[in-house]
Amino acid sequence: MPEQVIVTNGLVIDPVSRLEAVRDILIEDGKISAVAAGLARKPALKGVPAIDAKGKWVIPGLVDMHVHLREPGREGDETISTGTKAAARGGVTTVLAMANTEPVCDSTSQLAFLRAKARTDAAITVLFAGAVTLGQKGEKLTEFAKLRAAGAAALSDDGRPLMNAGLLRRALEYAEDLDLLVIDHCEDLTLSSGACVHEGAEALRKGLKGTPWAAETVQVVRDIALAQLTDARLHIAHISAASSVEAIRAAKKNGVRISAEAAPHHFALNDKDVPGYDTNWKMNPPLRGAKDRLALLAGLADGTIDAIATDHAPHGCAAKALGMDQAPFGVIGLETSLSVALTDLFHKKVLTRRKLVERMSAAPAALLGLKNKGTLARGADADLVVIDPDALWTPAAPFFSKSSNTPFSGRRLKGRALTTLSAGRVVHAL
Amino acid sequence: MAAKRLGAEVLSFSPVGSSLSKGETLLDTFLNLQAVGVTHFIVRHERSGVLEDLAPLLNASVINAGDGWHEHPTQALLDLLTLRERWGSFKGRKIVILGDIRHSRVARSNLFALKKLGAKVVFCGPTPLCPDDFAALGATVEHSVEKALKGADAVNVLRLQIERMDQGFVPSLADYALTYQLTPSRVELMKPEALVLHPGPINRGVELSSEVADGPRSVILEQVANGVLARMAVLALSEQGRSLA
Repeated sequence: MPEQVIVTNGLVIDPVSRLEAVRDILIEDGKISAVAAGLARKPALKGVPAIDAKGKWVIPGLVDMHVHLREPGREGDETISTGTKAAARGGVTTVLAMANTEPVCDSTSQLAFLRAKARTDAAITVLFAGAVTLGQKGEKLTEFAKLRAAGAAALSDDGRPLMNAGLLRRALEYAEDLDLLVIDHCEDLTLSSGACVHEGAEALRKGLKGTPWAAETVQVVRDIALAQLTDARLHIAHISAASSVEAIRAAKKNGVRISAEAAPHHFALNDKDVPGYDTNWKMNPPLRGAKDRLALLAGLADGTIDAIATDHAPHGCAAKALGMDQAPFGVIGLETSLSVALTDLFHKKVLTRRKLVERMSAAPAALLGLKNKGTLARGADADLVVIDPDALWTPAAPFFSKSSNTPFSGRRLKGRALTTLSAGRVVHAL
Repeated sequence: MAAKRLGAEVLSFSPVGSSLSKGETLLDTFLNLQAVGVTHFIVRHERSGVLEDLAPLLNASVINAGDGWHEHPTQALLDLLTLRERWGSFKGRKIVILGDIRHSRVARSNLFALKKLGAKVVFCGPTPLCPDDFAALGATVEHSVEKALKGADAVNVLRLQIERMDQGFVPSLADYALTYQLTPSRVELMKPEALVLHPGPINRGVELSSEVADGPRSVILEQVANGVLARMAVLALSEQGRSLA
């Protein structure tokens, strides 16, 4: 007998199948085996364990293509185990872990270690990005073909911008032949050097060094030119500036194969929201101006921004206590991304629920070439989330993540994941 | 000096050779000093906003003596005292703050205080050191020193630090001085009785000429004397506050 679970009477939202209706979902051996109305009443399915989703939404598990799990090297801040539990709590069933671990994930042996660790420790599916350059030093390319053979799901030097345009050009060409997505962290270090917040009146008021929006856009525009030159795919991580959105929108119109993601903190908050010198609000790129935030909302609405990704970046209290100038950049996001998106995008009518699922699940799955994820079609992996879109809650420490550096602590949010299934198994239930 | 005049015992502390240099956190250092009986901390620190998190965690009085580029409240108080002795009221006065505004805690504290008293504050300097975004904080930003000084009641000249040159904010101190140095002829653009202030230390021949520094409009040494008085007042008031609490 196959292992069976049935999720009953939920409003199933699956953009890939163009489905938005009340259905039962039958799961067999970790795969979706049927989606239909009234399945649970079939005599053959009597006694199958059921999850009642009446009055709730059922959506494909979220795919977060930008997280930092800190393992190996900084297990005090996060591990594959704690990071994926945090993901499950937030309705995220697939993550792409970035390569800026210690040591950097730039070799097949590193990948083999990480994938073995994920098999034993992870609550959900963990994919790993390989570095673009050895040690993320921006000097010499890693062995893309070997990394791909060892299971790398994408390539990125995230955390470190690729300042060398010639090197990025060759990386794009070579990666395209291997059908590997290159993800670039766009930041011109000569413009951002030493900065800890967005450049503008708020930075001046507080006496903090700011980085201008142009530090990002300069590199976005360069990347667009390189993607056009090479006719290769290129994905821009965590965009924050209005001018970057404009540039990407124009490039897409011109047929450039560029895609982009935005993080919940960037589309929900701006630089005026930062309370004093609270380092839980310090990330890179920083929270930008009110107009930048509105441009991100417009970009999410019209599809200029393909995906929502958290840039989940755990840091312990000691590091974050170093003050705004010295504390490391980054905030956690896996446990709040869905709720923030529901609060600030769905309930504020920026995105329909279908588009929200598209940006958080279907689109990132497609960008990473994951055919069995991001959908609830028959045969897909049984990664799904039961959501109460109206549940009110207030995130606060302790989190499932080992770290608690988030600006969303204490913020009232509307909507959350009730039950998360990964490969048919319940990995989180409220 | 202010504390000594009030009869306090003064303990001087610098991070070099202290436990801070051995990795102790700043908060731990303060808690230790408080434990040995320190009742007032007068803190200068390179980090903007450093006291916002620390002060609420301490029982001692905490006085900001300059945090990064953020604020230098007692400098603003002594500048205000110097001006008030001459003017009585600040209403309708125009005060130019000239120089490296971006990195100046003195400029910010003066701006906030002077605005509160009804004065007009003009920030003047080259754009890299005096960005237009300061307008959002209530300053009038003017990059032409001639326009800025015209009809002003006072100018507060800020020191240009040598490292700003290496950081590329200005090509050279001499190049800066050509356009922005407060010279006798530029002083003439202000009102006849206008005053020249400088928080010190002065780089003579860079941000202001020696003639101006030592000239009849200069109240720089009055500022120094008033500094002791203003800081005595701050300490005395904080002591009153403590006894009330």
